[in-house]
Amino acid sequence: MHLLLSQSINLFAAMLLIVVFAMISQRRILRVIHLFTVQGATLVASTIVVGYLTGQHHLYYSAAVTLIVKVILIPVLLHRVIDRLNVRWDVETLINIPTTMLIGIVLVVFAFNLALPIAKLSLSIARGTLGIALACFLLSFMMMISRAKAVPQVIGFLSMENSLFFAAAAATNGMPMIVELGIAFDVLAGILILGVFMFQIREQFDSLDIRHLEKLKED
Amino acid sequence: MILDWMLVTIAGWLLISLLGVACLRRTWLVSRLLFPAGGLLALVFAVLAVSALFSTPEVAELALGLPGLPFHLRLDALSAFFLAVIGGAGAGISIFAAGYFRHGEGTPPGLLCLEYHVFLASMCLVVLADDAYVFMVMWETMALSSFFLVTTNHRVPSIRQAGYLYLLIAHIGAIAILLCFGVLQANTGLYTFANMRAQELSSFWSSCAFLLAVLGFGAKAGILPLHVWLPEAHPAAPSPVSALMSGVMLKTAIYGLLRVAFDLLQLQLSWWGILMLCLGLVTALFGVVFSAVQADMKRLLAYSSIENIGLLFVAIGLALLFKAYGMIGLSTLALTAALFHVVAHAFFKSLLFLGTGSVLHATGERNLGKLGGLMRSMPWVAWLCLVGILASSGLPPLSGFVSEWLLLQSFLFTTGLPDPFFNMLVPVVAAAVALIAALAGYVMVKFFGVIFLGQSREKRLVEAHDASLLERIGLFWLAAVTVLIGIFPVYLIDAIDQVTQALVGYGLAVTVRANGWLVLAPISIERASYSPLIFLGIVGLGVVLAIVMVRLFYHGRIRRAAPWDCGFPAQTARMQDTAEGFGQPILQIFSPFFRVKREVPSPFDAHPQYRLESSDHFWYWFYLPIARVVERLAIIIAKLQQGRIALYLLYSFLTLIVLLVVIKR
Repeated sequence: MHLLLSQSINLFAAMLLIVVFAMISQRRILRVIHLFTVQGATLVASTIVVGYLTGQHHLYYSAAVTLIVKVILIPVLLHRVIDRLNVRWDVETLINIPTTMLIGIVLVVFAFNLALPIAKLSLSIARGTLGIALACFLLSFMMMISRAKAVPQVIGFLSMENSLFFAAAAATNGMPMIVELGIAFDVLAGILILGVFMFQIREQFDSLDIRHLEKLKED
Repeated sequence: MILDWMLVTIAGWLLISLLGVACLRRTWLVSRLLFPAGGLLALVFAVLAVSALFSTPEVAELALGLPGLPFHLRLDALSAFFLAVIGGAGAGISIFAAGYFRHGEGTPPGLLCLEYHVFLASMCLVVLADDAYVFMVMWETMALSSFFLVTTNHRVPSIRQAGYLYLLIAHIGAIAILLCFGVLQANTGLYTFANMRAQELSSFWSSCAFLLAVLGFGAKAGILPLHVWLPEAHPAAPSPVSALMSGVMLKTAIYGLLRVAFDLLQLQLSWWGILMLCLGLVTALFGVVFSAVQADMKRLLAYSSIENIGLLFVAIGLALLFKAYGMIGLSTLALTAALFHVVAHAFFKSLLFLGTGSVLHATGERNLGKLGGLMRSMPWVAWLCLVGILASSGLPPLSGFVSEWLLLQSFLFTTGLPDPFFNMLVPVVAAAVALIAALAGYVMVKFFGVIFLGQSREKRLVEAHDASLLERIGLFWLAAVTVLIGIFPVYLIDAIDQVTQALVGYGLAVTVRANGWLVLAPISIERASYSPLIFLGIVGLGVVLAIVMVRLFYHGRIRRAAPWDCGFPAQTARMQDTAEGFGQPILQIFSPFFRVKREVPSPFDAHPQYRLESSDHFWYWFYLPIARVVERLAIIIAKLQQGRIALYLLYSFLTLIVLLVVIKR
């Protein structure tokens, strides 16, 4: 049972990575939000497992917070935003998707290479997954760069936060509770602000395409 | 004990500044209540500082500041001396400011009250600081609060530019001072002055620290080529602020230099003295020549401040030179001259700046070419300014003479220097100092003559009103101190003795006191002596005798008659000698100093306009090339900025990747 559970952490990690790749390759905003929800759910599951295996009960609380904020609240908010803005479908990318995937593979190799010496130092149960967490982080960052619309960028940002959370759980069995709570509220506040911001962009330019923001530059 | 009371006084200033914010726009309350209260506190502060001068040093540790980094304060003779100057001159300026600040001039009066008292408090804390941390925090507070005071009329673009220039140079100076402290702590990581004193630096690192200190404090003091902010900021600021900045703030730079060169550094090298001597000399000559050709009265005074700072540098350089050769007695003499001049300049320059403030308020005119004959309508300001003028031009029996006399005395004894090269150089410097003193007199004659004497150049000047009561009190206090320290220099030298004892281990008090309070003889009574009271008596007697002779033995009446008019009867007041005309000889003789732009009208012009602009070569040789380089670099750097979020994110992404690679190594 114990062995099975510790293997399941690796499974969740692999799922996270696949989900991030799926996000990068996905053209539709609605799907990206669904994928984000799945990512959140995977994160919750892996946190619970780590908490169970290491006997650290505060991880349950952080899993609960993650569930409420990242699986329920933020996806609902995002759904509302895209309904109100009426941008359910098209996603334009700045770099075409196959190229992005190739760069993504390079990043994953880089992340594993990077995580190897750190993972050796770590005593955590999920230390093997640190490379994956880093890879997810870099991929989400790349998603932010490669998207032209505001909503997928925000999701890229949130996914980056998820990866960080996972990395913390993987490397050190989770951050202190107070830090996690703080981050959860930060993300929530951030999403609200970004929502307002998106409406403002829309009002200003009649589009959510952030390329319009280039006009704001002073010459 | 005294330090505690000083801190209470400083807290009082801060309380006043908060009250100023509370009654932001109630001009009457701020000017009639808060400013005089601040002035009284300054007076209390000066008394405390004087009593501290004659007692043992005190230290304190405030619980303010960052956790684990408390504020260390120390009150020793050097800081007490400068605190007395700040308090004494600050008192007069505050009282004057109470009558000066009026409704509706840019910044609301309550805010001015805040900035002004924070400025005062930060200057005092700079001088009290005993570690680099407090020193820098207070130094920057001082720069910022004075920046806001300079830009009181911030709606005028030229004033904003002046403020910007001031802030820029103040920050260059602050960086140099910070680096200087970094060198002084010698990798121990402890920034208290006590630790710096304990370090034994090699001559290379000592020289580094010294040069950085000269650069940093020189920027604040206005030493060449970092002087450009002075003639811009002083005319831009309201007069009490210019007075405070020129009379008092510049002295904090002198304080810092003395603190680093004589107290924190354990080693003095002779070439430092020569460097400061040369810098000071060039600055003084430059300042006095430029002040001679100015047509704006506050610019004139600003350049005159540059000149006085140059003289202070000369005196300090001389003191360093003697100290390096172990000639303690002469070093003390030069240092005494410097400290005496600090006090003298603080009072007379504040007095003159405040005088220009009264003139400005009465006439609305800063241009000397449009003033004249104000002696009749503003007798109080004119007579009190005359005191400042006499002191500033170094005439006996006032304070300016004593310091210049002491400085020249210390030059006269330089023949004992072991280096023949310095032996030849120093008399040349003495001659130059004499030239500067003479030119300073010329400048002051111009200043007083064009503003107060002769006929009014404009009709409306006749209606100019004299200064208000509070303004008069402030001016009177400054003038009284100028006269008193001029007539009784022995008492001031008694006080300076405490400082020189602490800095070079020797004082003049014993030799001076041996001759009683009437005669000042710094070396010995046989070599040279000066008795201001006797001098005053003779001058007074001469005046009385002349009046009596004229009244009794000559025809005895005052005749009013037309002067000889060169055969041209239609003379107007505009035909009097102008400021430009008065400065013309200097402009011709020292023409390589200036970059002159002259517009001479053609003889057939019906409305001839003569325009003359003399500007500073340093702008074109030093500042504009730097500005061009910065601009070019900025254009290159601006290419990074494309306004695309994806690109900005890419920058941080690449930075992250590079950092990760570096860490992995």
